[in-house]
Amino acid sequence: METLEQVLTPEEQFQARIDADVRIEPKDWMPDAYRKTLIRQISQHAHSELVGMLPEGNWITRAPSLKRKSILLAKVQDEAGHGLYLYSAAETLGTTRDQMLADLHSGKAKYSSIFNYPTLSWADMGCVGWLVDGAAILNQVPLCRTSYGPYARAMVRVCKEESFHQRQGFEVMQTLCEGAPEQKAMAQEALNRWWWPTLMMFGPKDADSPNTEQSMKWRIKRFTNDELRQKFVDMMVPQAEFLGLTVPDPLVKWNEERQAYDFGEVNWDEFWAVVKGNGLCNHERLQARVDAHEEGAWVREAANAHAAKRAARGAAVAA
Amino acid sequence: MSATLPEPTAAAVPASAPRSLFPFVLQLADTSLILAHRLSEWCGHGPVLEQDLAMANIALDLLGEARSYYQYAAELEDQGRTEDDLAYLRSAVEYRNPLLVEQPNGDFAHTIVRQFLFDNFHYHLLRELKDGPDAQLAAIAEKSVKEAAYHLKWSSEWVIRLGDGTEESRKRLDKAIATLWRFGGELTTPTETEKGLQATGLVPDYATLLPAMQAHAEHVFAEATVPLPTAVFAQLGGKTGRHSEHLGYLLSELQYMQRTYPGLKW
Amino acid sequence: MNQSEWPLWEVFIRSKQGLDHKHVGSLHAADATMAVQNARDVYTRRLEGVSIWVVESKHIHASNPDDSEAFFDPAADKVYRHPTFYEVPESIKHM
Repeated sequence: METLEQVLTPEEQFQARIDADVRIEPKDWMPDAYRKTLIRQISQHAHSELVGMLPEGNWITRAPSLKRKSILLAKVQDEAGHGLYLYSAAETLGTTRDQMLADLHSGKAKYSSIFNYPTLSWADMGCVGWLVDGAAILNQVPLCRTSYGPYARAMVRVCKEESFHQRQGFEVMQTLCEGAPEQKAMAQEALNRWWWPTLMMFGPKDADSPNTEQSMKWRIKRFTNDELRQKFVDMMVPQAEFLGLTVPDPLVKWNEERQAYDFGEVNWDEFWAVVKGNGLCNHERLQARVDAHEEGAWVREAANAHAAKRAARGAAVAA
Repeated sequence: MSATLPEPTAAAVPASAPRSLFPFVLQLADTSLILAHRLSEWCGHGPVLEQDLAMANIALDLLGEARSYYQYAAELEDQGRTEDDLAYLRSAVEYRNPLLVEQPNGDFAHTIVRQFLFDNFHYHLLRELKDGPDAQLAAIAEKSVKEAAYHLKWSSEWVIRLGDGTEESRKRLDKAIATLWRFGGELTTPTETEKGLQATGLVPDYATLLPAMQAHAEHVFAEATVPLPTAVFAQLGGKTGRHSEHLGYLLSELQYMQRTYPGLKW
Repeated sequence: MNQSEWPLWEVFIRSKQGLDHKHVGSLHAADATMAVQNARDVYTRRLEGVSIWVVESKHIHASNPDDSEAFFDPAADKVYRHPTFYEVPESIKHM
């Protein structure tokens, strides 16, 4: 009797494991395209965490109270941690962090376009936490069950930490909305700017997302872009109403039949313009990362040189 | 999972708490806050991801410590001011932090030298304060000294790596020492206020801290193969409100929201 | 590409006394001292640990998935290694 292995190609065996929800681990055989897709997706995700530190980081020094300052700093630091977990997961696929950073810095690798929008008021810290992290969580929770083991494990850690982010964002918004009229106005103004870019975070419409089908088949992705976008709108509209804020889309309306909200069309021209590098902050975000990396080179080299000297001396570690 | 950032808490002030401690506690608060603020400027711009996280951890420790001091100071003052009133609604000349901590981050070597000078003092001060006669101050110090021990380990190791690393790191470290060492002396030079409190035993005599500080610095600099600076002129002023120009810019950022929207809750 | 990247280390954390160290992820560090500290700064920010092990990734040797049948399947039919394989009279206690 022939065993399954004798009948199935490696690709078919691989797909059978995926279909049986068996996790793929680093040393397992995997199709090249699976490996490449994962490296692209995980590193893009890591880059988003790294670049995502910048728009919020620029308010750490201006946070309005000591408590908010602590929370914001802890949150932005968490994003550095998330970037690190994800780079580590990608490194199990045979790439290096240096290689991934080089791809980010050269513009070859992408990161989430949302971070190319400026943060202009304190209410933006609320919107980034509540909306942007809210959208990110919708994307990320299914990834805790993604087919590649190290990625799934990194995402479990990320999601645990991320829920604090969304809650603190909502709390910032709630405090503003329950505050003075100028605070409420600040909250509404920020929502007006962040609503549409957040909807864009789920990516192009399914019809324009050629990679979705293969990614779903490999269980790298578990929901389509449009499914997640709809889920997000359904989740957020009632929350905005609770806050007493108006979502800046006149077409938002509960659809009894669909048991979901109808909503207007995203401005896809803007979406593609920002993806292609023409958002207000694309240049400065990338430059900030390049600068940090280049200005840090001598520090990293010094630590390597010292470690080598110490190893050569065989000296015990002191200090 | 719910948001569980530990909130620094200040226990009720005992009736016997000496009011005279107020300016000293405020000085400690300002010092930790300003240094935390400086370190937080690195967030997102560190030389490597792992060290970005390390610096944010130190900043968070110092921020928590500052809040404990501000809350205690507010209780000692008993004028209805809150921690935020004290941090956000005082002008530069009212701030009491030493000059060292308000100095700009510069390159990583400057940040490390500033941190080392501060940590070496801070750790040894807290070791005394935790056994001091004021219970509340002792309680804050008890918690903070563990954090400070880690900070000192971190900055000491970086002094060693940069000193005994590459030619470039050595050059940068030397430059940072030349720029910042003169601000180290203020930490252990008591102001009139501090002298008064030292006389009552509420604040440790800084002279007693010096031997341990010196021994640690000698050990670290020997490892780093860098000569330990001697007889450096001590630039004084911050602790009496005579600051460098840097503090004004820092405060205009720090206080921007509270000054623009007075009296609101955030 | 520059040569400044630090080596990769695997991190193992004991979450509380009495439990094993468990692999939690990896990070970069120039030397072992820094690796332990980086692990503390990266992986124990929420009271996740009481003890840390690090080992440079290149020192880890793993079994090869291609050998997994030869390695692991032979254990499958050794049912007699498990206590449930044996019938013990009900009247016998403490076994």
